[in-house]
Amino acid sequence: MTESETKSLQAKEKKEVAAPAEMTKPGLVFNPAVDIFETERGLTLLADLPGVKAKDLKIDLKDDVLTLTADEAPLEGPGEKDVFREYRTGRYYRQFSLSDTIDQSKIEAVMKDGVLKLTLPKVEAATPRKIAVKTT
Amino acid sequence: MIIRRVSDWPTWEWRSPFDELDRMRKELDRLSGDFTGSVFRLPTAGVFPLVNVTEDPNNYYVRAELPGVKTDELDISVTGETLTLSGERKLPEESDKASYHRREREAGTFSRVISLPARLDVDKVKAHAEDGVLTVVLPKAESAKPRQIAVKGS
Repeated sequence: MTESETKSLQAKEKKEVAAPAEMTKPGLVFNPAVDIFETERGLTLLADLPGVKAKDLKIDLKDDVLTLTADEAPLEGPGEKDVFREYRTGRYYRQFSLSDTIDQSKIEAVMKDGVLKLTLPKVEAATPRKIAVKTT
Repeated sequence: MIIRRVSDWPTWEWRSPFDELDRMRKELDRLSGDFTGSVFRLPTAGVFPLVNVTEDPNNYYVRAELPGVKTDELDISVTGETLTLSGERKLPEESDKASYHRREREAGTFSRVISLPARLDVDKVKAHAEDGVLTVVLPKAESAKPRQIAVKGS
């Protein structure tokens, strides 16, 4: 991956979500960029959520669907006037559906420098079960 | 379309059809913009990182979203009226055994020069990063600050 490390970054506008569920709060909604990779022990999800404080991040897990909702706290002070704006702020929203190989009770989340790291461990190898066949 | 004049030919004959086409193209752009709802276009230089610049009477504030970039990997320099932000965004290497399902985050180097509308007090520039957003506070030079002039009555 040395090639990707030396390349220069291209400016990208945040991807706006077209219709993310029903929103009750006005504002813009963006799709955060994520990396998801799998090892033998589980899945790791990394999401870029710049400007999000840990307390403003909600991770919901319901019916195998993991939902990330995060609100960006505006950093501008009250007396500041815009000179120019190139990026917009708002809410990040994205859903992932999990397979049943994930141990949903052991999911861990860490937020650092605007990057969320979710660790989703796999279930311990299911213990082989013997099924006794009864004869009547 | 670049039209180079080679001689003293009357150019209006040649240029008017292109002018007309150009006008039509602009009009179509405007219309299609209206229909897709992208009325709010951001003026962007297209250079990473995208920045928001704000000001108050004393300072300029330049903010950039740089998630996962450590402050020691950033190089910030100021001269006169320009601010230069450069650095590298590194993503930690995963072991070869890891197989990717999604790979949307990008790593790479960046460098951007931002010209501000007024002179800066170079010695007092401060920068801090919080939750992946870099904020550079650039105090305006004394000569660039707005001044109230009292009008004396006679």
